Formats: sequence, C-alpha cells, structure tokens
Amino acid sequence: MNLINLIFGRMTLNDLPHAWFTIGGTASLIGLGALGAALLTYLKRWKWIWNEWITSTDPKKIGIMYFIVAAFMFLRGLIDAGMIWLQQSLALGTSYGYLSASHFQQIFTSHGDIMVFFATMGFLVGFLNLVMPLQIGARDLAFPFLNSLGFWLYVAGAILMNMFFVFGGEFAAAGWLAQAPLSELQFSPGVGVDYWIWSLQVSGLGTLLAGINFLVTIVKMRAPGMTLMRMPLFVWTTLCSSVLIITVFPVLAITITMLTLDRYLGMNFFTTGNGGNSMMYINLIWMWGHPEVYILILPGFGIFSEVVSTFSHKKLAGYTSLVLAAISVALLALMVWLHHFFTMGAGADVNAFFGISTMFIAVPTGVQILNWIFTMFRGKIAFKTPMYWFLGFVSTFTFGGMAGVLMASPAADFQLHNSLFLVAHFHTMIIGGALFGIFSGITYWFPKFFGFKLNERIGKYAFWCWIVGFFLSFIPLYILGFMGVTRRLDHYINPAWRPLFITSGIGFTIIMIGALLQVVQILVSIKQKKQNYDTTGDPWDGRSLEWATSSPPPFYNFAIIPEVKSRDAFWEMKKKGIKKITKYEDITLPKNTPMGLYVSGFIFLFGFAMVWHMTLLAIVGFLGAITCVIIRTFDEDTEYVLKASEVEKIEMKRKNL
Amino acid sequence: MKRLLKVGLIALVFLLLLTLFTLLAKNGNLQLLNPQGFIAEKQSQILVTALFLALIIGIPIVGITFLIAFKYREGNHKTKYTPDWTGSKALIFAWWAVPTAFVIILASATWISAHELDPAKPIESPIPPVTIQVVALEWKWLFIYPDEKIATVNFIEFPVNTPVNFELTADAPMNSFWIPSLGGQIYAMSGMVTHMHLIANKQGEFPGGAAEINGDGFSDMNFIAKSTTTTDYRNWLQTVRNSGKVLDLASYNTLSTPSTNNSRSFYYYPDKNLYNQIIMKFMAPPTEKMDMQNNQNMQGM
Repeated sequence: MNLINLIFGRMTLNDLPHAWFTIGGTASLIGLGALGAALLTYLKRWKWIWNEWITSTDPKKIGIMYFIVAAFMFLRGLIDAGMIWLQQSLALGTSYGYLSASHFQQIFTSHGDIMVFFATMGFLVGFLNLVMPLQIGARDLAFPFLNSLGFWLYVAGAILMNMFFVFGGEFAAAGWLAQAPLSELQFSPGVGVDYWIWSLQVSGLGTLLAGINFLVTIVKMRAPGMTLMRMPLFVWTTLCSSVLIITVFPVLAITITMLTLDRYLGMNFFTTGNGGNSMMYINLIWMWGHPEVYILILPGFGIFSEVVSTFSHKKLAGYTSLVLAAISVALLALMVWLHHFFTMGAGADVNAFFGISTMFIAVPTGVQILNWIFTMFRGKIAFKTPMYWFLGFVSTFTFGGMAGVLMASPAADFQLHNSLFLVAHFHTMIIGGALFGIFSGITYWFPKFFGFKLNERIGKYAFWCWIVGFFLSFIPLYILGFMGVTRRLDHYINPAWRPLFITSGIGFTIIMIGALLQVVQILVSIKQKKQNYDTTGDPWDGRSLEWATSSPPPFYNFAIIPEVKSRDAFWEMKKKGIKKITKYEDITLPKNTPMGLYVSGFIFLFGFAMVWHMTLLAIVGFLGAITCVIIRTFDEDTEYVLKASEVEKIEMKRKNL
Repeated sequence: MKRLLKVGLIALVFLLLLTLFTLLAKNGNLQLLNPQGFIAEKQSQILVTALFLALIIGIPIVGITFLIAFKYREGNHKTKYTPDWTGSKALIFAWWAVPTAFVIILASATWISAHELDPAKPIESPIPPVTIQVVALEWKWLFIYPDEKIATVNFIEFPVNTPVNFELTADAPMNSFWIPSLGGQIYAMSGMVTHMHLIANKQGEFPGGAAEINGDGFSDMNFIAKSTTTTDYRNWLQTVRNSGKVLDLASYNTLSTPSTNNSRSFYYYPDKNLYNQIIMKFMAPPTEKMDMQNNQNMQGM
C-alpha cells in the first residue's frame, strides 16, 4: 500500500463532478455555503452564530436549527420528486426520458431517504426539542450536550448524503431501504450504497441519542404536580415515539452494520451465495421500517390533539382513551412489519397473523379521530390555519388508512404490493399524517418561538395548494395501481398510463407552489411582524404550559417552575387568575459547548473516509471523535448558575418591552 | 363567494379525476378490476368489497368531522358551548367497541381469504396443471417447461382453464413476479423456490413484469403470458421444440449475463436438471474464485 492509497483510498480524479447533475449539485452546495459565509461576514455575525447557535445547548435553539436543516432537505427532496415525475411523464415507448435507469433509481432512492430521515424526522425532532420541555415545565432536556451532539450528527448525516454530488457522482440505486442483495457488492459495486450506509448510520445515531434524551426528560424532569396523566397529549405521543426510537433504531444500526461487514470485509450476511440470507435483511430492515412510520406519525397525532383542543376552546374529549390509543399504536407498530412482504411466501398462517395485527392498528387510529370529533362537539372553533391543516389531515388520512386496511389483507396485497397504489398509500399517510401535522404545528407554535404570528392569508393559500395538489397528485397513482403499474419505473410501454402520470405531475406542481408559498409566508410575516407581535405569550388562548411563558420564552424557559394541579395546566391557571411572581430563585443552566460539533465533525470525516476506503483519514476521524468524547467526559465545568437577582433583572426588562 | 369558489375548485378536481377513472375503466386498462382468471377474480372481489367498505366508513367520518367543525364554528352563536365536557363512559366505550367489532369482522374475512388464496396452494381442477419453472435473471425472465422439454424467455403460453404451477427462483437480485390480470405476486429469490398457482379463464395475452427493483434493466423486464386453446398450445410446444436453439449449461451462462430490453426467445430444453443446478449453485460452499474475490476486498481496505 503506498501513501497516495492511504490518503485518497479509492478516490481518483474521475470521481470529481463531470455530469450535469453532479456539477449542478456541487455548484449549489458550494453556492449555498458561500452565500451563508458571505452573509455572516457582511453582517459581522460570525461570533454571534458561534456563541448563540452553533455551540448552544438550548433545546429551543437546537430545535430551530433542526427546522432550518430539515426545510432545506425538504426542498431538496421535492426537487427529486419533480425529477421523478418529469421522467415518468416523458419515458413512454420509444422515448427513454432524460435520465438513465440507474440515475432515475438513485433519485427515487435519495427522495425517500431525504424525506423520511432528513425532512420529516428533522422537523419532528425539532418540534420535540422546542415544545416538549416547555409543555412539561422543564428548563432544558435531561442531557443538553447529548442533544447538541445528536443535532450535529444529524447535520453530518445530511451533508454526507449530499457529498456524492462532489465526490463520486452516484448515490445508492437500491430503493430507500437499500434492499439486499441488490445493495451488496456483487450488484452495487459503486460508492453509492456506501454513502447510503454512512449517512444513515451517522444520522441514525443522532436520532437514537435524541430518543433517549426525550424519554429521560419526560420521565425525570416534569414540573411538580405534572403526573403522567396530566401531561399534554403531545408529550404522550413524544413519549411513545421515543420508546419506539429506542426500541428500533438499534435494529437499523445493526442491520446497516451487517451490510457494511458484507461490503467491506467480504462477509455473507445478506449475499446471494455462501449461506447469505437476503430475506433476513428484508425482515430486519422492516422491523425498524414499520415502527419508523409511527415514530413519524405519532407526534403528528399529538400536535393535532393540541390544535383541536385549543382552537375548539374545549378540553380534549376522552383524554385517557387518546393516551391508550397512542400507546396501543406504539405497541402494535412493533408487530406488523411482515405486512411489507406478504409476497415473500411465508405461508398463509404467518401472513394472516400479520395482516390481522395490521388491521387492529385501525382501531386506536379510528378512536383518535372520534376523540377529535367529540372534542370539537359543542366547542367554539376558531378556524385558524392550524385547524385547516387538521381538516385536511382528516380527509386525507382517513382514506389513506382505509387503503392501508385494504392492503393489510394478504390476498388483496398480492395484487397491490409494490404497485403505485402502495406508493400513493404511504404518501397519503406520511404527507397527510406527519407532514400536515408538522405544518399545523408550525403555524400554531411559531408565535411562541419567534414572538409574532404567521400571515394567515398566505398560510391558507398554501394549504389550498397542498390539498388540491395532493389529491391531484396521488389519486392518479391509486388508479395507476389498479392498472397494474409497478412503482419505480423509469420507462413503460402502455400509452394509457401517461395521462395519469401527467395529471400527477400537475398535482406535484401545485404542491410545489404550496411549498413556495410557505416560504413566502415566512418572509412576508417577518416583514409584517410589527402588526403581528404576540405580546401576551398566549396568542391562541392556549391550554398547556408553553403558553404560560412569554413569546419568545427566556432562555431558562420559566423564571419559577410552575406547579401543576390538573390537566390543561395553563387553562386552569388562567381561570383561577395567574399569581404574580414575587420572589425569584437561582437557576442552574448548562454551558454552551462546541464538543457536539467537534465529535460530529470527526465522525463525518470517518464516514466520508470509510466511503472511499481512505485509511488515514478514517483513523484520524475515529480517534478524533473518541478523544473529543473522552475530553468532554472529564469536563466537570458544564453548568453555571444564573443568580436570582439577574433573573429578576431579565424578567423586569422583558415585562417592560 | 370565495367559499363557493373553493368548493367549486375541489369539486372540479374530483370531477376531473372521476372522468379519468371512468374513461380508463371502459378501456379495460384497470387490470386489477378486470380479472381474466379465477385467482385474480377472487382478489378483485376482495378489493372491490374492501373499497366499498372503506368508502362506507370513510365518507361518513370525514363528513361528520366537517359537519361538526362547521356547526360549532366560533361565529355560530346558536350552538351550545360546554368547555369542560369530555365525553361519557358509555360514549368512550362505544367509540372503542364499534371500530373493534368492525375490525374483528374484517379480520375473520382476512384469515379465511389469506388461506383460500395462499399462492402456494394448488388450484383444484379436473384438468392436470402445467408446470412452469421461472428464473428471474438480470434482466429477463427465463421460463422452463420441465415436462415439455422447452424453455422460453419473456414469453409463456398455456391452455385456458388449466391451472399453472409456477415454481420460482432467481439467479439475480430478489425479484417479484406479477401478472396483474391473472393475479399475483410472489418473490423470486436465489437459492430457493417459491410457489404460485394461477389460472386463466379467458383467452388472451396478458402483460406481466417485475415488481421489485433489481437493477438497471428493471423497468423493461416485461413478458407476455398467453392463454390459448389446448390444440394451439400443443402446436406451439412443437414449434418451440423444433426452433433449433438448445438451452444447456453453456447457453444458459451466456443468457444469464446481464442484459436489458430482451426480446422473446425459445429453446429446446433436454436437460431437466438445469433448474436445480441454478438453485444449488447458491447453496454450494464458496469456490476458490469467490475466496480470491474476498481477499481482494480485504486488501482494498
């Protein structure tokens, strides 16, 4: 082994960008970075961004950073969706469209991975960071450093995923779950799958850390009087989601590790020959993959519970049954994974068992919808944008769920498996459930964290674009499924399919307009923020503790930790009259630390080096990360005390604003 | 006025989609709802029943949600407002019991249909079945008729009203075998055999394809399944046998190298054992060649 090999591994000059999309991708990556750097230099904000954001351990700031990264990745995923649609509208008969088969497969692979791991997951973890500590009356998460580390690992994963534009020019082409044996060295010899492996491994580690952090926070850090059954529903669903994360993300990590061993050390876990068993890969990956869907959707349910109750100005109907429903969804989520491959030939008994357990998920889900209906019953509903998203959710999710029940029947699934019907179904669930929930939550909690409301009118326009675009986009896919069209086709010969692909594309365009309107909505709202200031801290007449603080909340969340006497704690406080704070207390807070960034930076280097077999860099990255962690563990000086007098000063200043 | 506009817009979208749907339905393009064989027929019955059930439950739920949301809007002062009402025990019991009962009924139907339509279960028929061995290759389908001593690529023919026993394996990444008009779908995996039983009750040519992503040539890995009269089938077998090409280990090795967009081809198949060899080669211990490959991988680290 010579030195060049040690440093550069398998990378050669040919791996630098030369195709149109890699040049475009590289240019956008560098352009974005340069733009950010220029802006920071121009505004002289380098120090500020380092001290206030990058090294911050404040969950509110980390949450906002999650949102920014997730929003970029979301737009990137939408561009992928557009490219998929364009290819499918063009590639009929003698025309093969503008993408090669392999390039098309890379695009839908990265579309899926980005939307699930980096967009939706990013938004959700962002929400949990922002809202959950406030709702339980805590000042921070249980492990502030872990939180920062988890975030930067997520960023490292996101960047690693896009690095293929610059080095290598290919991503995995084996579907968003990198189906073995297709993802094995024999069939995918390039670096694409390696990029997939390391970006998901790194960001998955971040998610696991976040899950542990949320669970411990909810269990240990609730305000006095906040018993489990007094927690807001969003906290409950966060709890269920976190338990699922802790249960299944290790499965993902192990599965990817086994695939890594196959690819790097010539082992045979999932290969076609030598005793490898690819069925095991499919089982393992879905043991993680199905619960993952509920990790995404459960917090969405929580958000809707908060939104419906707040805007109906009414207590949640059947609080206990909503909690039970969330728990049973989480439990059932762990025992349905096989419904993703009834077609593997497991036999009627096994298939029927998993089909029926899948159908039973419809019960708690249906119960939740009934709960929300009865929450609205005899309420006084204010139709703000979050309620629009709720109604949009009910109309899409109900039908998506019904399609799901349809596919839960193995006999029917044999005809629907891997068809566009399936694609339409899971888009309905994830867009209708998780994404609409996120959008609803963004409008709902935005004033809490930025101090002003979002523009209602543009928000509603965006909503209408999304809902019309959604139906126009995905009903054709349901129909195409009935026409026997499989998913992931980069070329087809039946001319009857084309009008539907094009209709779907028009729907996509309308969705895109909706997404852009959301960007416009935020920009316009920033411009008009003077008219929309939220001075009370409680713009919607809210019910839970996050509304008890000012908007935006001080960095210590609560000057005095509130005492909780019932459900809807803040609502009850308002009824009884809020007590004036007379005496302040010392507050212990975590110090900022750049260690999360450093560790993730080294892990990023390690991952990148592993993709290219760069021995030297891999050793540097690995040892660097370990060293940083060790240094951090010896750092005893991680907290500081904010004196009561200073808290009083800050509080007085805020009140005079 | 504005509200009217929005409702109009939504209605327009649905109308458009409905027209599209009916147009397509007329042309028989909706293969799953236009079954050509007993199995597909059964499956489409389940689909249609479940679809109706879904609509019967889904439409009222969405309807009620909108009705209640509209009725209890802030601006409507005629309705009651009970901010502390959270439902009664009886109500909560009912909203757990009704969906549970519904799912139990559905579950029993599922249990029955899953067993009845288990693809591994032979179809009962007085007519003896045709056995076709399927090998998923990169990227074409090889069909072997072991009893008729023929083999084909991307085309199969069989008599109408006769059960067809498919035995599937792969010499390629995992794949899924699907003929939407006749029913489906089952994985083809290397080193093992899966079973599927289908039947065509009408004559015709039915498109089939690969439903699991498996590499570059995935999209064009299509074939035609033709059901015909017994005499035509017999004649066809004879033509294939006399076509001049022979499928043996050598020609198989050529055939199994990756290639896209393959046309149909037909072979005489004298050696009944080839199919087993294809399966067994994944069960054998690593050959020397394999070991060398692995060592190279290690060195690359």
